[in-house]
Amino acid sequence: MDLGQLLTVQLPTLLAVVIGVPAVLAGYIVVGELLVRRLPDGAQPGVRPWIWVGPALVFIAIFLVYPVFGTVYRSLLGRDGSSFVALSNYGRVLGDSAVVTAIRDNIYWLLLYTLFALLFGLLMAVLSDRVRYETPVKSLIFMPMAISFTALAVIWKFMYSYQPPGEPQTGTLNAVLNGILHVQPITWIQDERVNNFALIAAAVWGITGFAMVILSASLKGIPGELLEAARVDGAGQITIFRRVILPLLMPTITVVATTLVIFALKAFDIVYVTTAGNFHTDVLANRMYKELYLAGNFANSSALAVILLIAVIPVLIFNLRQFRAVEGRR
Amino acid sequence: MSVARPEVAPPVEAAAAGITPRTILEWIGNLPLHVAIIGLTVAWIVPTVGLLVSSFRPLSAFATSGWWTALSPPFNFTLDNYQHILSTSNLGTSFFNSFMISIPATVIPATVAAFAAYAFSWMRFWGRDWIFLALVGLLAVPLQVTFIPILSMFTSLGLNGTFLGIWLAHTGYGLPFAIYLLANFFRALPADLFESAEIDGAGTLTVFFRIVLPLSVPALASLIIFQFLWVWNDLLVALIYLGGTPEVAPLTVTLANLVGSLGQGYQYLTAAAFLSMIVPLVVFFSLQRYFVRGILAGSVKG
Repeated sequence: MDLGQLLTVQLPTLLAVVIGVPAVLAGYIVVGELLVRRLPDGAQPGVRPWIWVGPALVFIAIFLVYPVFGTVYRSLLGRDGSSFVALSNYGRVLGDSAVVTAIRDNIYWLLLYTLFALLFGLLMAVLSDRVRYETPVKSLIFMPMAISFTALAVIWKFMYSYQPPGEPQTGTLNAVLNGILHVQPITWIQDERVNNFALIAAAVWGITGFAMVILSASLKGIPGELLEAARVDGAGQITIFRRVILPLLMPTITVVATTLVIFALKAFDIVYVTTAGNFHTDVLANRMYKELYLAGNFANSSALAVILLIAVIPVLIFNLRQFRAVEGRR
Repeated sequence: MSVARPEVAPPVEAAAAGITPRTILEWIGNLPLHVAIIGLTVAWIVPTVGLLVSSFRPLSAFATSGWWTALSPPFNFTLDNYQHILSTSNLGTSFFNSFMISIPATVIPATVAAFAAYAFSWMRFWGRDWIFLALVGLLAVPLQVTFIPILSMFTSLGLNGTFLGIWLAHTGYGLPFAIYLLANFFRALPADLFESAEIDGAGTLTVFFRIVLPLSVPALASLIIFQFLWVWNDLLVALIYLGGTPEVAPLTVTLANLVGSLGQGYQYLTAAAFLSMIVPLVVFFSLQRYFVRGILAGSVKG
């Protein structure tokens, strides 16, 4: 690292930004407010809110709203970006066998990642609720949430590492399989029978804490009297779980599931780092990245991005309904 | 689970009772539960512990034996992997770059979101509820849909491969969640607070800076931690807007590149990965409460 450059250019820049930007924004809001006060009393409530939401709306318009429309429009143009080709980009992309594989893998992700993260999350939430060392257990399960998917992928590359049979297995998983269960070592990352599931398992390891934390909070919200009443009526533990706890957790489970579905559709980092989409483990987000960055094909990558967007729309609509239902109850 | 819930004695009672035959019997009755929880927890931390231990093992040991062998004597640990990776890759620069990217990309959206969330919660304006609904919708939009137009825009403005570009992009991407989180909190503040402030003749600014912000420190802390970790851990956005420029690449991008390029020196990756995890882990273990609160507040609750 060039220390001179760091001390003379970058560090001062960072300081200037960290102190300067909030100062400028605070200045903006103060000046805006002073200007609003000079308006006639009747006009103030109409103008003031726009001063306050203005910067946010500008950012969101430039970085989210405009690009979504831009990408949809771009996906209808040819590779040169000038000829209108209607839906032919979509036809070509969907006819590409690599994309078909990516869609298949995304469906694996969607189903297995969501299901297992929920299962493990629910299991850990329910189990840990019954012991006194709940807090440290939960914080250890939750810890992978703090690290990047890139680091997570490296961790699991070592977990899955493979040596030819006969050599000492240095990867944890193959060592357990080979040393304890006497199973031949498996090339987890390359073997196309298992590699998608291996990558999804790594991702589940990372996200279970997320499901657990939300479900656990919801579990603690269930009134004790309710469980007590069920017990007095002679219900066993399993009946109480199935008939009382699970139905009460259902709204939360649904919310967590929708979030997980979005994560599954956007899966990128783990695939990019471990296999780069090789060995039939590609997913749409990585396909899109390849078309954009390696092939420089804006037509195909726009079409892929829009396909991702379309896949998310049912969840998006569900979220909006959910939100309105909650607002309606306020 | 055949274990009945009432058997778990309330903590206070148990502490008062000390160890009695009854508490020991309870423990034994609960044994399957304890085994299941501890077993799962141990299984959960093995991957991380394995990486951590591996990163301190000498090259010779790494290739011939698993990391667990290092846990028994003779203990043979070294810092060589860290020294090597820091001197041969630009991981050190990346470490700095990650701060350079994450701090402004947290401060800017948090400030902008605080203003907006205040307006959404306590001011009336045309289309307010619809705009807020649109924000909730935007929470689900895959960022991939935004890359191409923004790349073109950045190229024409000369912002590709610059910190400024990625600060702005992260601000835009982070705002819907940030506003959502803060507005939910601001809205829950008691209305009399605002009424009494108005009677005292305090202006909007005073109410915001003197009442709303100080009361919202927990929510702001959650947001700041959440956004900071999100940006620090982000790979995709950094690849897109900074990917081609190693001098400005954050840790995630450099680490991902090392996965592909290390070849023989594969084990140095352990040290590199752990270096990239230090800051998130410190933030996580010291401020876990706020992080969890941010996650709870962020889910669209039913």
